[in-house]
Amino acid sequence: MNFSRTLFVSAVSAAVLTLAGCGSSVKLDDQAGSGAAPITSATPGADANAASSSNVASVVVPDQNAAADASGLTRVIYFDFDSFVVKSEFAGAIDGHAKRLNAAKAKKVIIEGHTDERGGREYNLALGQKRAEAVQKSLTLLGVSGEQIEAVSFGEERAAAQGSGEAVWAQNRRAEIKDR
Amino acid sequence: MTQSPSRRAAALRILGGVALLAGGALWPWQAAQAQFRVEIAGVGATQIPIAIGTFRDEARVPQPVSRIIKADLERSGLFRILDASADRLDDSSRPPLPDWRGKGADALLAGSATPLVDGRFDVRYQLWDVLKGQGSGIVSMVVPAADLRQAAHRIADDIYQRLTGDMGVFSTRIAYVSKAGARHTLVVADADGEGAQAPLTISQPIISPAWSPDGQRLAYVSFEGGKPVVVVQDVSTGRRRVVAGFKGSNSAPAWSPDGRQLAVTLSRDGGSQLYLIGADGQGLQRVTQSASIDTEAAWSPDGRTLYFVSDRGGAPQIYTVPASGGQPRRVTFQGSYNISPAISPDGRYMAYISQVDAGYRLHLMELATGKVTPLTDTRDDESPSFAPNSKLIIYATRAQGRDVLMTTSLDGRIKARLATTQADVREPVWGPHVQPPRR
Repeated sequence: MNFSRTLFVSAVSAAVLTLAGCGSSVKLDDQAGSGAAPITSATPGADANAASSSNVASVVVPDQNAAADASGLTRVIYFDFDSFVVKSEFAGAIDGHAKRLNAAKAKKVIIEGHTDERGGREYNLALGQKRAEAVQKSLTLLGVSGEQIEAVSFGEERAAAQGSGEAVWAQNRRAEIKDR
Repeated sequence: MTQSPSRRAAALRILGGVALLAGGALWPWQAAQAQFRVEIAGVGATQIPIAIGTFRDEARVPQPVSRIIKADLERSGLFRILDASADRLDDSSRPPLPDWRGKGADALLAGSATPLVDGRFDVRYQLWDVLKGQGSGIVSMVVPAADLRQAAHRIADDIYQRLTGDMGVFSTRIAYVSKAGARHTLVVADADGEGAQAPLTISQPIISPAWSPDGQRLAYVSFEGGKPVVVVQDVSTGRRRVVAGFKGSNSAPAWSPDGRQLAVTLSRDGGSQLYLIGADGQGLQRVTQSASIDTEAAWSPDGRTLYFVSDRGGAPQIYTVPASGGQPRRVTFQGSYNISPAISPDGRYMAYISQVDAGYRLHLMELATGKVTPLTDTRDDESPSFAPNSKLIIYATRAQGRDVLMTTSLDGRIKARLATTQADVREPVWGPHVQPPRR
């Protein structure tokens, strides 16, 4: 294998993949990855980072528009606790994505499933996978080809909101649809 | 369906880039003041009294050999250390044994540490049975400076073995994940937490590290490519390869006892199911066939059975299945949520995490009888792993707002905490016993 060129290409690919993973939604972990304030601990207000704790809280406020892209399509689908069912309120978003993907069979998406922090890491990885596959199924039922979709999981490892309590957990129980 | 060539090539290109960042090999990583604190609970714990003196000329070598030995033995909770430094003994002395019998010592350790002309060090010791009045004979270990800590740990292992009958684990290594903001580091350290080195640092999560049975490689799950894949990394060379990067998620690697295969959890065929794959990434075999989640495989020491987590009954419980496939059998019946099985190397026990009152607590099951005991009273326990002598368990928990690592004896009475000030630490795994390198 030609290493020097491959390593250069891979450094670029790694950077490109990191950026491609951003999508259009505002995510705290992306901000942290770019060198901004470190993710605060689970004891809000307990230390000198109290100011950044409240910044975190304000981004937590659910705003479907922030989770939509230029076409207005919602890309984040939220789930109830212990549930892997795509709620009817997201039927319109699923429909929109299915139409878009059916109109362009070369387009591909990756669906990332997530859980809240409670429970074991590997079991949560599997639960996140269930959420991603639930969204995948909704799309394939509307005619989207399985070849256009990859369902993966981040389990509890890529929280959208830090901390504990139902307001935070609800933000993390989600699946995100991203273009490849 | 095998991994598509373009996807596998993409995975390898990503690894190439990360290897650039990682430097490809171990380098020293500054762990701030890693230290263990021992907490021994319960009255009447019998401890072996042993007298240990500073080794002759110890001040002339870069590591405080006798202090490392004392700290190891103290941390086990099984020894009461008496200070014999005032006697100024070395490995060839005949110690005043009747005096020490009078002071209540069962054993006495004396030694020396001598710098050699070629830059190496000759560490010598002799262990005395105070009651019988017999010496073990002088043992000599010639090592370079970099191996002095390891030499001290091996002496502690030898003492532990002679006095308790069990194999010592002071000279073993642990691996764990350290998280600071968005930076995740895979760390390899000595069992006492010192000598931490960082084979991998990335800005994406690392979970589920697993030592190969020969202690030379670590498997782990990395999200560096935007999804979870199973990577195997050679610890001393830094060489990495993606062993499972199939469509969907790849996770929960567990080495077979012969080191040739890994059990993994894959979603390539839908859901999360158990598979076996060769350590070289070849030879995929499906083990479970269910519509539920089957994950977190752990091997029995004879390599014939997999313990694993399944929610086929509604909530996660631990089951066994023959590694060659077959009918799963349920193992846990107490509690409504049981995960993260770890099997002791002697095959007698299973450590696991059980949900208790909305908390997650380390439990131990005696496999022959099914008897279950909780080992802690904490609420955020995770990821138990047995020491290679089957006598200790390392696990992660939360204390004072930080993720910390703990070890516990199997009766739960002797606990030691590893506290690092820098970062949240989690997912500890205890490395195997490895023979000292021949020089």
